[in-house]
Amino acid sequence: MISPSSEVELSELLLDSSEPIRIIGGGTRQNLGNNVQSKKNISTSKLTGITLLEPAALTLVVRSGTPLAVVKKSLDEVNQQLPFEPMDHCDLLGSSGYSTIGGVVACNISGSRRIQTGACRDSLIGVRFVDGMGAIIKNGGRVMKNVTGYDLVKLMAGSYGTLGVMTELSFKLLPKPEATATIILHGLNDEEGVAALCKALGSPNDVSGAAHFNNETLIRIEGFTGSISYRTETLKKLFSKYEISVVTDTKKNKELWNSIGNVSTFSKTETSIWRLSVKPTSGPKIMDTLLKSGIKAEALYDWGGGLIYLSVPDNINIRDHLFGMQGHITLVRGNGGGAKVMPLKNNLITEIEEGLRNKFDPRKILNVGIMG
Amino acid sequence: MDMPTPSAAVLNKKAHIVRRLAKVLPIESVISEENETRAYECDALTAYRCLPMIAVLPETTKQVSDILRICHEEGVPVVPRGSGTSLAGGAMPTADCVILGVAKLNDVLETDYDNRLIRVQSGRTNLSVSGAVEEDGFFYAPDPSSQLACAIAGNIGMNSGGAHCLKYGVTTNNLMGVTMVMMDGEIVEIGGGHLDSPGLDLLGLICGSEGQLGVVTEATLRILSKPVGARPVLIAFDENEVAGACVADIIKSGVLPVAMEFMDRLCIETSENFSNAGYPDAEALLIVEVEGSELEIEEQLTKIIAIAQKHNPIELRESKSEEESAKIWLGRKSAFGAIGQISDYMCLDGTIPVSELPYVLKRIGEISDEYGLRVGNVFHAGDGNMHPLILFDANKPGDLENCEKMGAEILRLCVEVGGCLTGEHGVGVEKRDLMFDQYSEQDIEAQLKVKDVFDPKWLLNGAKVFPLISTQDRRAA
Repeated sequence: MISPSSEVELSELLLDSSEPIRIIGGGTRQNLGNNVQSKKNISTSKLTGITLLEPAALTLVVRSGTPLAVVKKSLDEVNQQLPFEPMDHCDLLGSSGYSTIGGVVACNISGSRRIQTGACRDSLIGVRFVDGMGAIIKNGGRVMKNVTGYDLVKLMAGSYGTLGVMTELSFKLLPKPEATATIILHGLNDEEGVAALCKALGSPNDVSGAAHFNNETLIRIEGFTGSISYRTETLKKLFSKYEISVVTDTKKNKELWNSIGNVSTFSKTETSIWRLSVKPTSGPKIMDTLLKSGIKAEALYDWGGGLIYLSVPDNINIRDHLFGMQGHITLVRGNGGGAKVMPLKNNLITEIEEGLRNKFDPRKILNVGIMG
Repeated sequence: MDMPTPSAAVLNKKAHIVRRLAKVLPIESVISEENETRAYECDALTAYRCLPMIAVLPETTKQVSDILRICHEEGVPVVPRGSGTSLAGGAMPTADCVILGVAKLNDVLETDYDNRLIRVQSGRTNLSVSGAVEEDGFFYAPDPSSQLACAIAGNIGMNSGGAHCLKYGVTTNNLMGVTMVMMDGEIVEIGGGHLDSPGLDLLGLICGSEGQLGVVTEATLRILSKPVGARPVLIAFDENEVAGACVADIIKSGVLPVAMEFMDRLCIETSENFSNAGYPDAEALLIVEVEGSELEIEEQLTKIIAIAQKHNPIELRESKSEEESAKIWLGRKSAFGAIGQISDYMCLDGTIPVSELPYVLKRIGEISDEYGLRVGNVFHAGDGNMHPLILFDANKPGDLENCEKMGAEILRLCVEVGGCLTGEHGVGVEKRDLMFDQYSEQDIEAQLKVKDVFDPKWLLNGAKVFPLISTQDRRAA
């Protein structure tokens, strides 16, 4: 493992490399994406530290190898947060190590609040990276409105290190809410649950979490104390025909939404875990198709139904059963018979992606094949 | 304004190209007579004009594809155009180009309230997207000032913002998918009704690429449930610095207003004379708006007012009714028009870190004295997106050039303090030559490489965004 301690050192290292490289942050998401054949590991562990934290501008600039825990602690102190609530993969993947902010961005990791405040890529406003030829490139900056030139910031988020090694990242932050409440509807099946989530999200209640699992439908709201009690009552009225309970305790809410975001319920199962990104209303239909095919699947719905984590017995490739589905399926854990990540079946898009990778990594050395 | 020398080879085969285009388009959609192409000689950056060779107005994605395929085969540059409201010259033609206007592509294709999305053709105007869903209690959030006229195609091209982005984000944060035609005529679908797409974030790359990577013909947009209500408070100060400090304290307190607008003395006075909004005699004025139910509005305004009081405002006016709200907004909304009544002006669009506000305003004042041109400042204070308006006289020889020089100096100042050249208008031709003030050669090269992938022949809007010198070899190849 090589751990460059500066951007310049990293640049020289990449310029001199011609063999395949695996980029490592804190090591918690090594099993996300396809296996990478590499001869050398490069770690961002020495590229650490917060370079700027400006609460009055809702801005954070941080080096990529900085542990997420350090970022969160610093933001706690100024009562702000990363809006997109990145999940922790340790439970689900059984990995150890510590999550880094660079790893979060490379995989575009976004949690339950995505439906309200957007994904990781939506909060990312600036990036510095070193491409496969050692060129040091910056894009965006530290201001939240910036349309100067192409938006390579978005391109880098979720590129799994295939276009370059990120060294520094800037984020738009949000204030932490004063109060949180989760309205839980009991006894709804998947279809009813997702319909309830759609109804809640389509109401003016500024819902910041919308999940459904095991006949419980969870609707989270965040904000000032008065506003939360007002919206709690509004939502209770909206769903008065169901049995309802409400969680208002801050700590309990945190635990509850951590367990949803981290998919804790499937962490100890002996099954394969699939991740589906779909139109919310099509989620229950997909589940129905699988069950009708005789597959013993269990589903956790987040993002109002648009994100589904499926627990399925090993060695079943659910792609075979969901042919023609609109959206996107990846295998997160286990053996599904086939690659974890499949490229989109669209030659033109594949060609564009290949074209971009050839430009930024012409020698094909960075995390090769990880995205399919 | 330097533009590439028109290609004689292209100009010489104009008749041939018109004939080919007429075969794939209705006859009225191909415009080639000079008296008709004149309508397309400029966008809202009216200081610069150039007649295009031909203008075409396709009605379907297939027609857009046919047009681009023909232009690709013939080596003809293409400039895509939404409604032509760009303040940066994004739709300014070259003499040898085909202007591809999407104005006839204006249908709503699908509204899906359960999944909170609308799919529209890209020529549809921004406001009419909200218009299509507002009766059912929804809206499309990005709200550029030109929203009555500007097209979604242009919004995507420039990644347009608006007054409400502090809470709702800009176009890229509300765009879920596109149908796009590549320069060689190939049609590609990117994203859609689901949130996460596989592979690289091409959607994010296309948004804000100023029509250089492809022509977007359809867009899937996120729609939101309309808040119950909204109410502003007007706060006036006798110093810019104090207003700036108040903005910082509001943000630090944890309140997230949907809009936070700032006006300086020149803008306050000019707007007041123009609109009789009842603005006080002050150095700086903030309009802070919050949303929600009556109770939620009250809760947020109470916090904001308590913070503002600590900064000893010379006036603090909380709206108590719709009429009062409209009156508070009236002056701000007519600010550009009001300035336009008293003088020609150039509107800048740099963004700065909010903390640099007092310093930047002071420096703008000094630069203004140095050049002898007045500046009015009106901007979105919450996100640091400034709109300095430089007043000049278009009829006075040399004044426009002087104004442009001064504008460039202000934009360099924005970059110097950690900001950027443009927050929501785009680079276009206007700020093209300042790109090296913000980016290094390697930074620019990385962006040029992206265009190489999408448009290897550099035919699509190729004279924009980047300094001509940095792209001339690619355009000539």
